[in-house]
Amino acid sequence: MKVLVPVKRVIDYNVKVRVKPDQTGVDLANVKMSMNPFDEISTEEAVRLKEKGVASEIVVISIGPAQAQETLRTALAMGADRGILIQTDQDLEPLAVAKLLKAVVAEEAPGLVLLGKQAIDGDNNAVGQMLAALLDWPQATFASKIEISGDTATVTREVDGGLQVLSLSLPAVVTADLRLNEPRYASLPNIMKAKKKPIDIKPVADYGVDVAPRLTVLKVAEPPKRQGGAKVESAADLVSKLKNEAGVI
Amino acid sequence: MAVLVIADHDGATVRDTTAKTVTVALAIASDVDVLVAGGSAAAASAAKISGVRKVLTAESTGLGHNLAEALTALGEQLAGGYEAILTPATSVGKNFAPRLAAKLDVALVSDIIEVVDAKTFVRPIYAGNALETVKVGEGRFVATVRATAFKAASEGGAAPIEAVPASDATGRAASFVSEEVVKSDRPELAGAKIVVSGGRALGSAEEFHRVIEPLADKLGAAVGASRAAVDAGYAPNDYQVGQTGKVVAPDLYVAVGISGAIQHLAGMKDSKIIVAINKDADAPIFQIADYGLVADYKVAVPDLMAELEKIGK
Ligand SMILES: Cc1cc2nc3c(=O)[nH]c(=O)nc-3n(C[C@H](O)[C@H](O)[C@H](O)COP(=O)(O)OP(=O)(O)OC[C@H]3O[C@@H](n4cnc5c(N)ncnc54)[C@H](O)[C@@H]3O)c2cc1C
Ligand SMILES: Nc1ncnc2c1ncn2[C@@H]1O[C@H](COP(=O)(O)O)[C@@H](O)[C@H]1O
Repeated sequence: MKVLVPVKRVIDYNVKVRVKPDQTGVDLANVKMSMNPFDEISTEEAVRLKEKGVASEIVVISIGPAQAQETLRTALAMGADRGILIQTDQDLEPLAVAKLLKAVVAEEAPGLVLLGKQAIDGDNNAVGQMLAALLDWPQATFASKIEISGDTATVTREVDGGLQVLSLSLPAVVTADLRLNEPRYASLPNIMKAKKKPIDIKPVADYGVDVAPRLTVLKVAEPPKRQGGAKVESAADLVSKLKNEAGVI
Repeated sequence: MAVLVIADHDGATVRDTTAKTVTVALAIASDVDVLVAGGSAAAASAAKISGVRKVLTAESTGLGHNLAEALTALGEQLAGGYEAILTPATSVGKNFAPRLAAKLDVALVSDIIEVVDAKTFVRPIYAGNALETVKVGEGRFVATVRATAFKAASEGGAAPIEAVPASDATGRAASFVSEEVVKSDRPELAGAKIVVSGGRALGSAEEFHRVIEPLADKLGAAVGASRAAVDAGYAPNDYQVGQTGKVVAPDLYVAVGISGAIQHLAGMKDSKIIVAINKDADAPIFQIADYGLVADYKVAVPDLMAELEKIGK
């Protein structure tokens, strides 16, 4: 079974985000970029499926600028077999990304598409569900455990209130939550090997998909600053302030 | 113009998140219907929300388990009558709303925190470190609502209730196997007035139970946790507060042994009052805390319990 893993290049999760003074977006100049953390988790899961003999080939795909090749290389170093870059400098909306991925699915015919649950830049949490809709495939989001036997995937999902287990007949779409696994660090030999693995670069236009945005971003602003930093001396002081000053207990 | 709110419910009543989503719907249009899918018994509570035109109910096996495929099929079936379809950004809402938007080939707005006008909304991006104002184009759209950012529509309505037929999704759909719901007598985390959360400092599940839970119970609070505490197995996954867990905005949030990573702050920084107990005076959580207590929790929490006792808690 072939597994398709979409990975996004995003601002590193440790970077303190700054909004541009003209409110057109977030300042990405000279900022450290990395693979979206949830996509590291889905890549890791795909590699484990290959190590178990369940997956035969792992294709990673990124839609983004030329530098997204680095993100693909990271995934290749973790154990993916080959990469596809659909190159664009536009930041596409989830629906446009899902439509491009659908076109890739049509070419690649994977048995499983394994995505992250959310990209930590736009925080949309949407592409996996949208891809499943466009393909008319079963979906399991927020996965914390995936078991595949034959052409059925049994997925444990993290939901409000606890856990839910679903059974999906393949092909299907699954999105990874934090506790699915702990991604490995690529070893130096594997990083070297990854340099030789193929990455196919294509323009968006090749896919004949409507990627026009549905939303107009009017502005990106900084959130109101919270006034904090006050200290209390003791538990007694704290309780007295909560009761008399804040009135919350 | 009419708006459909797809309710968040527990099978018996609709949750507070539903009335808060109705608030958003009423800011978009005056005709607001509420759909209670897979839990018709909760329709009566939905009918009481002021401003609701009518309540729709639908039942099927898939709806009973909140499956995305079934909710999407029903949403598609009803969409014709509505300009917008809204649902709270719960794990159920986040699961089906994007699927529905894609099926309808329309815009999705995730996690609305402010309504500017009927087509323009504010939503957090980058873990809440930036706020994006977006405008949807002409025609229908689907959105999820961050309920903590809105006041609940008041009670006092008496909307009619109407059953609509629903069939299970005909295409390829996931099927339900089982679920494990954590039962608790404490308030639900997402809507609680007070939340007490524990972090990695607790060191074990036993310590989490021994320290965090009694403090929560004394305050009548819900229990939350940082990702580090959940990952280490000190607390169940649905306790996680943050960018990728639950978003809470209680009157009082007490963080015990939590450093205050941006991903955690994303889920609690809109709380009215924030208390932090941490032995490291430089922990980032103190920068946003209204009341910071620099102390070892092993001393501070028992002291706090004793002081609360003194005021009759
Ligand atoms: C993609 C992604 C998503 C994430 N999503 C979330 C999320 O939704 N929610 C979330 O919480 N995190 C999330 N994280 C993780 C986040 O970055 C932090 O790692 C996590 O919040 C740290 O948890 P902590 O504060 O409990 O642990 P630590 O950062 O280890 O902090 C422990 C604190 O306890 C203090 N301490 C230690 N001993 C004592 C004592 N005896 N008494 C008092 N204080 C003590 C220490 O001084 C320290 O400040 C995410 C990370 C990534 C990459
Ligand atoms: N530009 C992109 N290229 C590749 N994969 C993407 C892209 N955008 C989103 N994804 C995938 O979709 C998931 C969810 O993203 P989102 O819906 O944007 O929060 C991510 O974790 C990725 O797996």
